[in-house]
Amino acid sequence: MQHFPCPWCGNRAEVEFRYAGDAGVQRPTRTADDAAWAQYVHFRRNAKGAAKELWVHSGGCGRWFALSRDTVTHTITGSEPVA
Amino acid sequence: MNAAKMRYSGWALLREGLAGQTGWSPAWHDRDPAPRYDVVIIGGGGHGLATAYYLARTHGITNVAVLEKGWIGGGNTGRNTTIIRSNYFYPESAALYDLSVRLYEGLSRELNYNIMFSQRGMIEVAHSEAELEMMCRGANAMRINGVDIEILDRDEVLRLAPLLNGDLNCRWPVLGGMIQRRAGVARHDAVAWGYARAADSRGVHIIQNCEVTGFEIERGRVVAIETSRGRIAADRFGMAVAGHSSVLAGMAGFALPLQSYTLQAMVSEPVKPCLEVVVASSSHGAYVSQSDKGELVMGGNLDRCPSYAQRGNFPVTQSVVSSLVEMFPSFATLKLMRQWGGIVDTSPDNSPILGPSPVEGLYLNCGWGTGGFKAIPAGGTLFAHILATGRHHPISAPFDLARFASGATIDEAHAGVAH
Repeated sequence: MQHFPCPWCGNRAEVEFRYAGDAGVQRPTRTADDAAWAQYVHFRRNAKGAAKELWVHSGGCGRWFALSRDTVTHTITGSEPVA
Repeated sequence: MNAAKMRYSGWALLREGLAGQTGWSPAWHDRDPAPRYDVVIIGGGGHGLATAYYLARTHGITNVAVLEKGWIGGGNTGRNTTIIRSNYFYPESAALYDLSVRLYEGLSRELNYNIMFSQRGMIEVAHSEAELEMMCRGANAMRINGVDIEILDRDEVLRLAPLLNGDLNCRWPVLGGMIQRRAGVARHDAVAWGYARAADSRGVHIIQNCEVTGFEIERGRVVAIETSRGRIAADRFGMAVAGHSSVLAGMAGFALPLQSYTLQAMVSEPVKPCLEVVVASSSHGAYVSQSDKGELVMGGNLDRCPSYAQRGNFPVTQSVVSSLVEMFPSFATLKLMRQWGGIVDTSPDNSPILGPSPVEGLYLNCGWGTGGFKAIPAGGTLFAHILATGRHHPISAPFDLARFASGATIDEAHAGVAH
């Protein structure tokens, strides 16, 4: 079982966490066209290697954070609160 | 009769048995790349090889190369749990997947290669009254779509799969189910090799250990690709690379609505025949069939986070095995023999993406997610049509990339446990 570092609770078992998408996706403005909205809603970087992801500690403190994780090796290099 | 068709005759088996198996010739040629082709297909899995075959057979386009970065059929084609079915909710999906089942039904004869398609039937088990009602709704839709689905009562399910837990007081009691009798399993390696041999005999080049490293794009059009074995030019390029579709799209300068996950599978030690049908349960999140060798072939849901590691995380292995033991208590005595993973490209609506890419001359066959194997003959037929004509086939048109901006998605999220 891999351990993930929650910025508030420390290292906890991976099953306590839930993946919630790419970190840093920018919501378009209200006047943006369909293509821009499609990019925001559906299109993903889907990085092979270093990725920055949003996670929620759903089985713990319930807070959200950004996890830096390698999608090939599953190595975790950082974890920080998100605003 | 040509030599390829004689290759595995009864007479040839007898002759080679007496001659010490020394006279066999390779089923297909391992080619070196030529500088230019009419069509280059990136990805030597089932979809890529089938596409090459149908380009040659249906459209007469034989100056075709299939590029594979490893060995053919070594990705998801050789890693899946080989289930073939067409029990989908929407008419667009039923048209696509039922075309595939029909093509699979004639494939051993068409390729003269035994793919061992065993239409043993697949049961989805319902564990609550509410689930049974939703299952009836789905089954009605599928029947309207022309797919052979029947609702089964509890006794019929337990008669077809007698080792299922029949206790009405367990966590997920068996209350009924639905069956597609034309569904079943096939030999995955044979599908890859059958298409490879048939494509090769029509002049297609199968090129292994050839990884694409870049696209040469002039005025918005792909003119050539850079590979680990040199530059290759072509009029049209098709990509059928499953879990690595986003990586390839990134090289060509665009993004796709895909997320790559590990889907794992595992087998038990082999035992005597004990399970005649494929059994799946959405409540448990697991499914199982028995292979010809006697192993129980098991799978479940996707891993919990995006991944390009072809192995799988332990929590999902544990969940699949514990679900199977709850469904079939007698399986608890078996040892788990092997476990593995493949990288699947999941799309937002659980439907594939077929058609042109944002870059001219490059076409997409991706987004099959957890269900690509069952779709190989249809995916190959449709992708060959697109690459040969530059236009959609009526069955592929709804699966165009444009649906994500137009909103006309084909949401098969209910399709249940990943298989």
